[in-house]
Amino acid sequence: MARVGAPDSPYAFVEKQRGGMRLVAVDRAAQGLGIAPGMTLADARARLPGLVALDYDPAADDALLERVADGCDRYTPLVAIDGADGLTLDITGCLHDGDSEDDLAADLERRLAAYGLQSRHALAASPEAAQALARFQTMPAPDEAAAVLRLGVIALRLDEDTELALRRAGLKTIGDLAGRPTAPLAARFGDDMVAALARLTGKSDSRIVPRRVPPALLVERRLAEPVTQTAAALNILEALATEAAETMAEQHQGGRRFSARLFRSDGLTVDLAVETSLAVRDPKVVMRLFEERIDGLADPIDPGFGFDMIRLAVPMLGPLVPTQLQLEGGAVAEGELAALIDRLSTRLGRGRFRRLRAQDTHIPEQAVLALPAVASPPASWDAPEPGEPPLRPLHLFDPPQPIQVVAEVPDGPPQRFRWRRNLHEVTRFEGPERIAAEWWRDGPARPTRDYYRVEDARGRRFWVFRHGLYGTERETPHWYVHGLFA
Amino acid sequence: MAESSILLTALRQRIARLEGVRVIESAATVALGHCEIDVRLAGGLALGRLHELFAAEEEDEGAGAGFSAMLARKVAGPTAPVVWLRQEEAEAKAPLHGPGLAELGLDPAMLVLGLLPDALSVLRVAAEVVRCADVGAVVIELWRAPRALDLTASRRLAVAAEGSGVTALLLRVQAEPSPSAAHTRWQVRSAAAVPLAANAPGFPTLDVELSRQRGGKAGGRWCVEWDRDEAIFRPAGYQAAALSGAVVSVSAGGPGGARRRTG
Repeated sequence: MARVGAPDSPYAFVEKQRGGMRLVAVDRAAQGLGIAPGMTLADARARLPGLVALDYDPAADDALLERVADGCDRYTPLVAIDGADGLTLDITGCLHDGDSEDDLAADLERRLAAYGLQSRHALAASPEAAQALARFQTMPAPDEAAAVLRLGVIALRLDEDTELALRRAGLKTIGDLAGRPTAPLAARFGDDMVAALARLTGKSDSRIVPRRVPPALLVERRLAEPVTQTAAALNILEALATEAAETMAEQHQGGRRFSARLFRSDGLTVDLAVETSLAVRDPKVVMRLFEERIDGLADPIDPGFGFDMIRLAVPMLGPLVPTQLQLEGGAVAEGELAALIDRLSTRLGRGRFRRLRAQDTHIPEQAVLALPAVASPPASWDAPEPGEPPLRPLHLFDPPQPIQVVAEVPDGPPQRFRWRRNLHEVTRFEGPERIAAEWWRDGPARPTRDYYRVEDARGRRFWVFRHGLYGTERETPHWYVHGLFA
Repeated sequence: MAESSILLTALRQRIARLEGVRVIESAATVALGHCEIDVRLAGGLALGRLHELFAAEEEDEGAGAGFSAMLARKVAGPTAPVVWLRQEEAEAKAPLHGPGLAELGLDPAMLVLGLLPDALSVLRVAAEVVRCADVGAVVIELWRAPRALDLTASRRLAVAAEGSGVTALLLRVQAEPSPSAAHTRWQVRSAAAVPLAANAPGFPTLDVELSRQRGGKAGGRWCVEWDRDEAIFRPAGYQAAALSGAVVSVSAGGPGGARRRTG
C-alpha cells in the first residue's frame, strides 16, 4: 500500500538502524530514481539531494491497517492481518446475490482509492497463494495454478539463507520446486520449506487466523442509500435486534453482549457495545442499552456521508428459557434490579457498580475483590461465627494508616495511640491475632502482623496491628490502624 | 392512647382528602427489637420511606456506616438485594470491607456497591434505584453538604420510596442537618460496649438519637447493641462516661434479655 497525496518531491521514511539513519520505505518516484529501502539516508541524499525524509512510525502504519481491516469487516467476518501491509479476507460464501468475486475486489479498491490508498489484490483458493500472488505476481497467467507456478521462490516467504540456497541450487520459481519429490527437498532445505510449498500450491489445507472470533450470531443490513441520521440508523438497529431476538428465541438462547457496527460509506466504522449481567434477547431492552451507550458518548456519533451497512453481532449465546409467569399472575420481577444495573453500568461505566467476592487468603486487604456487577454474578460468603462480636472491621484501609503508639511492653497491646492527630486512650483490647505473610506466595519473607481489636475511651473500635515481631523481625516495630469497627 | 392515635390519623387523612392532597397511607413498619425505640416509632422503622442517618462527628463515620448496614439488613431481610451508593472519594477514605459487612449480618453477596464520581450522580442514580421495587434497601452515602442535596432532591427520594416501597437510608457524614423530606432523622455516635471476658471490646454498640420524626414524636436517645445473629437491636449496658445525663440505661431484663457473654 502506498499513500498518495504526500509531498511533491520524492520522499522516504527513515529510521535509526545500526547506528545510522536508514530508509525503511520509499515512494514510487524515489524508487524510480534508484532509491531503495535499506540505504542510508546519506547515500540516498547523495544520489537525490531533494529527497524528503520523514520519520518512520510503525504504530501509525499498524493503526491504519487496523482501520482498513475494520472497514473490510463489511465483506466478511474473517479478516486476518498479513504482515505489516497486507490483509487476507476469507470470502467463502460471503458473496451477495448477483455479485462476483471481482465485483467485491473492485468495490474494495474503489473504497481504498477514495481514501488515497493504492492496493494490489489477488483471489486464490488458499490464503498463502492469494498472499503470494498479491505480493509477488509479475506476469499474467491463464489460471491460478499456473500463476502460482510462475512465482519466484521469494513467494515462499522463507528466511534469506534458505532462499539464497534455493537460488544457488538453480531453483528459481515455484514451478521448479513443485514437480520434485519432497523428501530430498526437505533433507536439503528443511521441513519448513516443504510445508510452505505445500500450502502455497494448495496441497495442504490452511486457514487464516481471523482478527476476531466470529460471533455466534450476526445479522446485518445493507442499505442502497446511506442513512445520514443517527436516529434512522438506530431504527434499523432495532429491526436487526428484533431479527436477532427471533433467531435466539427459536433456540431458547439469549446474549450477554451485543456489539453493533455502523459502516460509514467512506470506510470508517463506528462501534458500539453493550453488556448485560443476565442473558437477554428482548429488542427493547437491548435498544435501551444502546441508547444509554450513545447518550454516554463524549462525542456524538458522526454519520459523515451516511452509513451504508449496519451489523449487529452477539458474540456469545447463553441459555434463556421463555419467561415464567408467577402463579398469582404477572411476570417474575426477578431481574429488574439486574436490568437497572446493566443500564446504569452502560451509562456510567462498568466499573461503577461492583459486587464483592471473597478471596481465599487470610491477608485482610486481599480478602475481597470488587468486580464489575455486570460481569460477576453474586458469589456466596461464609456466615460469621454465631455469638461472636465482629472480628473483621467494617472499613478497611488500604494501605494501613501509620499511628504512634505507646505500649507498656514492646510486644504488648497498645495503651494509647495517635491517629489523624487525635489521641486515643485504649480502654479495652483483644489480641493479638497473629497473621503471618503468605510465604508460599510472596517470596521474600514479610513481617508478621499482630492484630488487636481495641476500643478507646469514647467507644470507638479500631483494628490496629504491630508490623513485625519485636526483637526477632524488627527492632522497633511500626504500628498501623487497619480498620474501623461499627 | 392507641385509640386516640388511630382517631388522629383518620382525621388527618380526612383533612388531607378535603384539601386535595395525595393521601399517603401509613407505612408498614419493621420492629427494631428495642422496646422503647419501637414504641417511639409507633411499631418500628417505616418501610418505603426515606430515613436520614447523621454521623455525629467525622470519627463516628464507622458508627454511621454500621448503623446503615444494620438498618439495611433489618429492612431488606436476609435475601433481598441491598444497593449502597457512595462517592469514590468516600470509598477512598473509608473503603467498605466485605467481611466486616458480613460480620454485621449484611451478606455481601446481596450487596451491589455503586461508586460514583460526585454527589449529583449519587442522587441521580439513587432516584432510579429507589424506584426499582426489586431492591430491599438503598443506602445513599453523602459526605459534607453537597449543593445537589436540597429539599427538592430529598423530596424526590422520599416520593420515589413511597411509590416503590423501597426503604432509602441517607447516610450523612461531616454534615449538619438541613430541611429535608425524610421520615425520620437520626444522630449516630459510637458508644462504649459492655466488655466481654478478659476486657475484650464487646458487641457493636451505638448511641442513637431520634432527632426528628414526621407525624410523630421526636426526641429520645438510646444506647443500643446490635445482635447480628437475631438481626435486632438490644438495649446495651450503658457507660455513662461517654455521654452526659439525659439517657436512662435500660436494665438487662428488657425485651432483648441479657447477652450471653456480657459481663
